[in-house]
Amino acid sequence: MVDIIVCVKRVPDTSEAEVIIKDDKRAIKDADLTFDINEWDNYAIEEAILKKEALGGKVTVIGVGGEEVNEVLRRCLAKGADEAIRLTDPAFDGSDGYAIAKILSAAIKDLQYDFVFTGAQAGDDSYGVTGQMLAEILGIPHATMVTKVDINNGTARIRRELEGGLEEVDEINKPAVFCIQTGLNEPRYVSIMGIRKVSKKEIPVKAAADIGISADEVGEVGSMVKLEEFSIPPAGELAEMIEGTPDEAAGKLAAILKEKGAF
Amino acid sequence: MAEIFVLAEHRQGVIRDVTFEMLGEGKKVAEALGADLTAVLLGSGVQDFAEKLKDWANKVIFVDDPKLENFNAEAYQKVLSSLISERKPVLTMIGNTSFGLDLAPALAVELKMPIATDCIGIEVDGGKVKVIRNIYSGKINARMSFRDDATQYMVTVRASAFPAPESAPGLGGAVESVASPLTEEIDYKKFIAYEEAAVGEVDITAADILVSVGRGIGDVENIPLAEELAKVLGGVVACSRPVVDKKWLPKPRQVGTSGKTVKPKLYLALGISGAFQHLAGMQASDLIVAVNKDPKAPIFSVANYGIVGDIMKVMPVLKDKITELKG
Repeated sequence: MVDIIVCVKRVPDTSEAEVIIKDDKRAIKDADLTFDINEWDNYAIEEAILKKEALGGKVTVIGVGGEEVNEVLRRCLAKGADEAIRLTDPAFDGSDGYAIAKILSAAIKDLQYDFVFTGAQAGDDSYGVTGQMLAEILGIPHATMVTKVDINNGTARIRRELEGGLEEVDEINKPAVFCIQTGLNEPRYVSIMGIRKVSKKEIPVKAAADIGISADEVGEVGSMVKLEEFSIPPAGELAEMIEGTPDEAAGKLAAILKEKGAF
Repeated sequence: MAEIFVLAEHRQGVIRDVTFEMLGEGKKVAEALGADLTAVLLGSGVQDFAEKLKDWANKVIFVDDPKLENFNAEAYQKVLSSLISERKPVLTMIGNTSFGLDLAPALAVELKMPIATDCIGIEVDGGKVKVIRNIYSGKINARMSFRDDATQYMVTVRASAFPAPESAPGLGGAVESVASPLTEEIDYKKFIAYEEAAVGEVDITAADILVSVGRGIGDVENIPLAEELAKVLGGVVACSRPVVDKKWLPKPRQVGTSGKTVKPKLYLALGISGAFQHLAGMQASDLIVAVNKDPKAPIFSVANYGIVGDIMKVMPVLKDKITELKG
């Protein structure tokens, strides 16, 4: 049996989209962006469900934010998570990775768990700190960039991704936090039917007072870093752009490649 | 005198490049802050490394302990929190690597010191440290400052964000050995072994032409389109990380920080937005051509030629035109 808590975040997908900065230079325009579960978290929830299916136990998923986060939590329930909790409070607004770790730790400290899984980073602000800080606050060990998890009684044998294709194998006793890297499993697809099945399941909501955290520990005042402003990265020397319809552009490119001796 | 710590990163007997990149940038920040630059080195049998680093810093502090032979974030954290508490550096720089990310965030929490991760710029403004972070798939830079009451800061520095100076600045720092504060082995987290990457059936580092696909390929069923294009060009198909994560192509085909570094004569980046981890693995290619839907995709800033468009439309036509021109 293994009880796993998974922390998930709802983020805009900016990988293929144009990102535009708002006039106040402190946020991006997100009306045209699609939001979904953070890609790293999607692997984390899958890994937790796979472990539960193999070993028995329970998966609890936790998200921080407004009602829109329910959509992500419900998706996790449809995948096979047993329970979901949403942490929300106006005081949480503007939290950095550290303040989020404090919020999560306040909610998790009273729960029963063997392991906590988080994504190794989030696709929006890319702090990559929440899981490690959560572990430190909870007083338990952690590992980041985790690409394999084997749980055997009280111990996990894990792999961590290093650079250049190298990996590291470690053994960590429970309880521990694992910050999951993408690619370690194949996240399952959830059908609309699957989501409909869990649509009635209640997702408890907890505010700052419910988890015993004060307003000055969270949000901007409880954060380590402060955003000053966003800017578009300097472009450097841009590529020479080949214009035209796909047919025209492909034709021009073929001619350039020939001229350059590529074939 | 105020002090800046740069944590030297080494693995399997080699000091990693990010160490010299940080020492190069750290020297500039130290000058702006009126501080000394100190290289901090942890490990077992690392005296030679300490000697090697002394021309890069005003001082080298090293802790030599068999318990630090392989990287263990828990052991490193204990040693560093002791060193930082005692010497109170104004700024501690650590690589934003698999090593640094396992270590720095928890260390910062323990020390109650604000940390900014994955920094690509460090500025000194009125005696305060500010950083530039690159977020939202590399499409936005965020200037960030630290909590107002902070007097000490920690940053993790993105690998390759700063150039490593070509040679040591010859600072000739004193080398100081510090006794290890570790009293016992960490038994709840143990390093077991390194595992080398699997060798693939195709060596993408040996190819002259790479047709490299990213998330924009959309589906595993579209991979043959890239293979056909590679075939007419006499090249090989490579990819960016998301394609391997989705199991559409095997890991040995991956270009980037956690995959292979390549330098072909022609690199065709198709549907690759250009995360910095990917750029680090291919920007030394002779000729780079990028096709991407987003005109602001970072890949266009390293490409020689670019097409804004859908690779699914461009790939088949390009294949036909090349076949035509080959005659």
